[in-house]
Amino acid sequence: MKQLRNFCIIAHIDHGKSTLADRLLQTTNTVGERQMMDQVLDDMDLEREKGITIKSKAIQLNYNYTGSDANYTGNRKYTINLIDTPGHVDFSYEVSRALAACEGALLLVDAAQGIQAQTISNLYLALENDLEIIPVINKIDMPGAMIEEVEDQIIELIGCKREDILHASGRTGLGVERILESVIERIPAPVGDPEAPLQALIFDSVFNSFRGIIVYFRIVNGSLKKNDKVRFIAAGKDYIADEVGILKMRPEARDSVQCGDVGYIITGIKNAKEVKVGDTITLTANQGELINGFEEVKPMVFAGIYPVETDQFEELRDCMEKLQLNDASLTFELETSQALGFGFRCGFLGMLHMEIIQERLEREFDQTVITTVPNVSFKAITTKGENLVISNPSEMPEQQRLEEISEPFIRAQIITKPEYIGNIMTLCIGKRGIIINQGYLTPTRVELIFELPLTEIVFDFYDKLKSQTRGYASFDYHPIDYRTSDIAKMDILLNGDKVDALSALIHRSRAHDFGRKLCEKLKDLLPRQQFMIAIQAAIGAKIVARETISAMRKDVTAKCYGGDISRKRKLLEKQKEGKKRMRQIGNVEVPQEAFLAVLKLDD
Amino acid sequence: MAGIYIHIPFCTKACHYCNFHFSTSTHHIERMVAAIVQEINTLPFPAQDIDKNIETIYFGGGTPSVLNNEQLQSILNACYEKFLVTENAEITLEANPDDITRERLKGWRQLGFNRLSIGVQSFADSDLKWMNRAHNSATAADCIAMAYEERFEHLTIDLIYGTPTLSNEQLLINLKTAVNLGINHISCYALTVEENTALDYFIKKGKIAPVNEEVQDEHFHIMRQYLTDNGFEHYEISNFAKPGHRSRHNSNYWSGRPYYGFGPSAHSFNGDKMRWWNIANNVLYMDGIEKYQPVYEVENLTQEERINEIIMTGLRTTDGLHIDEANNKIGAYKTTPEAFLTFISTLRSYITEGKIIYKNNTAIINSEHRFLSDGIASDLFLSYD
Repeated sequence: MKQLRNFCIIAHIDHGKSTLADRLLQTTNTVGERQMMDQVLDDMDLEREKGITIKSKAIQLNYNYTGSDANYTGNRKYTINLIDTPGHVDFSYEVSRALAACEGALLLVDAAQGIQAQTISNLYLALENDLEIIPVINKIDMPGAMIEEVEDQIIELIGCKREDILHASGRTGLGVERILESVIERIPAPVGDPEAPLQALIFDSVFNSFRGIIVYFRIVNGSLKKNDKVRFIAAGKDYIADEVGILKMRPEARDSVQCGDVGYIITGIKNAKEVKVGDTITLTANQGELINGFEEVKPMVFAGIYPVETDQFEELRDCMEKLQLNDASLTFELETSQALGFGFRCGFLGMLHMEIIQERLEREFDQTVITTVPNVSFKAITTKGENLVISNPSEMPEQQRLEEISEPFIRAQIITKPEYIGNIMTLCIGKRGIIINQGYLTPTRVELIFELPLTEIVFDFYDKLKSQTRGYASFDYHPIDYRTSDIAKMDILLNGDKVDALSALIHRSRAHDFGRKLCEKLKDLLPRQQFMIAIQAAIGAKIVARETISAMRKDVTAKCYGGDISRKRKLLEKQKEGKKRMRQIGNVEVPQEAFLAVLKLDD
Repeated sequence: MAGIYIHIPFCTKACHYCNFHFSTSTHHIERMVAAIVQEINTLPFPAQDIDKNIETIYFGGGTPSVLNNEQLQSILNACYEKFLVTENAEITLEANPDDITRERLKGWRQLGFNRLSIGVQSFADSDLKWMNRAHNSATAADCIAMAYEERFEHLTIDLIYGTPTLSNEQLLINLKTAVNLGINHISCYALTVEENTALDYFIKKGKIAPVNEEVQDEHFHIMRQYLTDNGFEHYEISNFAKPGHRSRHNSNYWSGRPYYGFGPSAHSFNGDKMRWWNIANNVLYMDGIEKYQPVYEVENLTQEERINEIIMTGLRTTDGLHIDEANNKIGAYKTTPEAFLTFISTLRSYITEGKIIYKNNTAIINSEHRFLSDGIASDLFLSYD
């Protein structure tokens, strides 16, 4: 174990984590030049494109330490496990488990952008897990690098010495060797009792269509051998270890994985739901304890997902099930809508997660879907004293049956430049936020802490924050509690017919504004028809906003000339085809884009 | 009986709204005329079996009046030699006002043309200017009077309405001017912004106000009212005629008779289920014809496609859609019973709404709603995959 190091990299999106990771793999010859593709660790298409890491990964590097640390003389061979972590607030629990599997972390900060909110919250997570932090300033060769200022920020934040901060450039490879040396010198080797009952922390899993679920773990105590009978403690299930091994560029099977090391296990599990990140693997015969910190991941945001064509429902169901196999944090159940037919009520970790699921359905499964208005889950008490959880507008009891309703609040941390404080205040207070604290991290960086209703950040918070601060703000949040609130269900009516797929649960004070915007957007998105269309937003029987689309006046091609009948017939056939794909609400034909109106309110 | 359409793909000037096939470079005219004559002489393969009795010949474009008499003569001669042109055939020439002189009128008359279609577009100079037309309003009125003097009693003019510069008053002046000149056939086209035209570009750039469909609808009703009050029959969406003066050539398109199209981009129909059209490129057309290579693309219509055409063209006219024709002649009910039943139920709901008038087994769009006829027709189309 003395020759072993486990570490991860904490960084904000775009601060160069993946590029640096690639460089570490190259320097240690873990991956040959020919195998090298940019960002090898991010192997999902989507990850490579968005430049973010969605599922965490791990890889083992072999490193010949030639440094001059006093404790060692001569060359020593080290094994280093690099655990990659996701970089977005939606996945903070996965991050915390990946961190728990390490003894140290590189705190990677972009020399031009400085420390961001998310970096800070992940850093706190790392400190909670007693990780040794090695600060690294990356991209020091960029023209906008402010090395000294960023050093000040880091010193302020973690109280290290200036000379402890490493400088690097993932792009050129500068400083990479020094990082590897520091990992050996500064990060402690894992401590654990090889003789104790097995305790292996699950920090990730992936689905492989041939092998089933591959579970990634870090052994805290004991060791794991091939063919061992194992138990996943929180899931309460027993399996045979069909294959165990370590994680090189590809998984490499071994007879056993030793105490302190990072490895994988294949047991033939087909359903990702049985594998819970944070769970502990132990031996059925000689059981250890569940490692602290396990939590069931709870969805935060809910929305309906429907096939574009009603007859594609079965196909969509199949794809959702497959998707869930490698993303256990996705939950869904059957839902029907008058407007959209059969579909699914889905639970997501957050808005990004929702976006990712939608995109993965499109890319990996070739499914175009309609996503309905997202909402958070509310808690309600009825006049009869029943406790309800409402994660779908259709579950909302009528006003007179409702005693009390409460909504989830989050604690949001925003880091920005002082000149944007005003804008952020306006934004957050407009979103029913309460300012809790405001402090200067450095003279040019302010940290603002707000308590905000989660429902307010579900819609357009990120985009607004970005535009109000020209991108100079970073944001992180954690759920805190539920608070009594005046939440109402707002319906959209087209010529008096309710469009269930556009109903939303919102705070009453926002109903007028939100309703107006939604009606306006629908006015843009609905094609004119041969009659007038009234678009109304209503709470109960009360109309809070209204727009009208006047009847179509002209739908004719003037010239049908020179005998070109074919072109015109094809145009009309296309027109008919377009109408066929629309959904009928009463007598109004509604195109699919209209169902996405809510998501595009600020376009 | 069949018709012949000759496409003359040259113009001296490009009108900003036009998306028909033409070239403003006129130095290929001789070669083009020769190619068209050769196409008529050899007849493309799909045209071999069609009725050779011809009752209409129509020279369209482009601007056929850019051809000199000799050139027109050689094309007409080819038609007379290849086909049996009936005694009282309607032979139309499209002409631009700026090409019309007394001498030319006499010449056309001598060649056998008995109908002129004059591209007036408007009697307001402000309109003509932004359209980039080559003539002005005075020329237009003068040449119409002259054409009557030269015994072109079948005279039609094109007018464009719903343009950004045309007021309701000016529209009425245009119509009044036409009526006072004694014209008995008018084609009125709502300005349509076609993609990739100069007009499209100017609107996107904000140089010209976009077309307003409320204004077009208003114009449509003013025009319909005024012309029907003055003895015109609104016999097709864009066409008005005094009794006995309908365009026989265009009526053939709508009633499903066969027609031959010669020249680049010209369309042909065998009267049954085959349509074909020539390539819309002057040089490729001429090269192909000269090498005896096919220059056309063929479309074989399915049963449903043919029925949809009948629905579409029938609903454009006051003659309407003959259900018996679709049913008996084409066998719509027999071959696609389910789709036909859907058609009947959609038709019924339009009849209930008053948008379609139904009598004698014929569906006619209520003239008030004719501005919505595309949507109505496409709703009535048979569905098929």
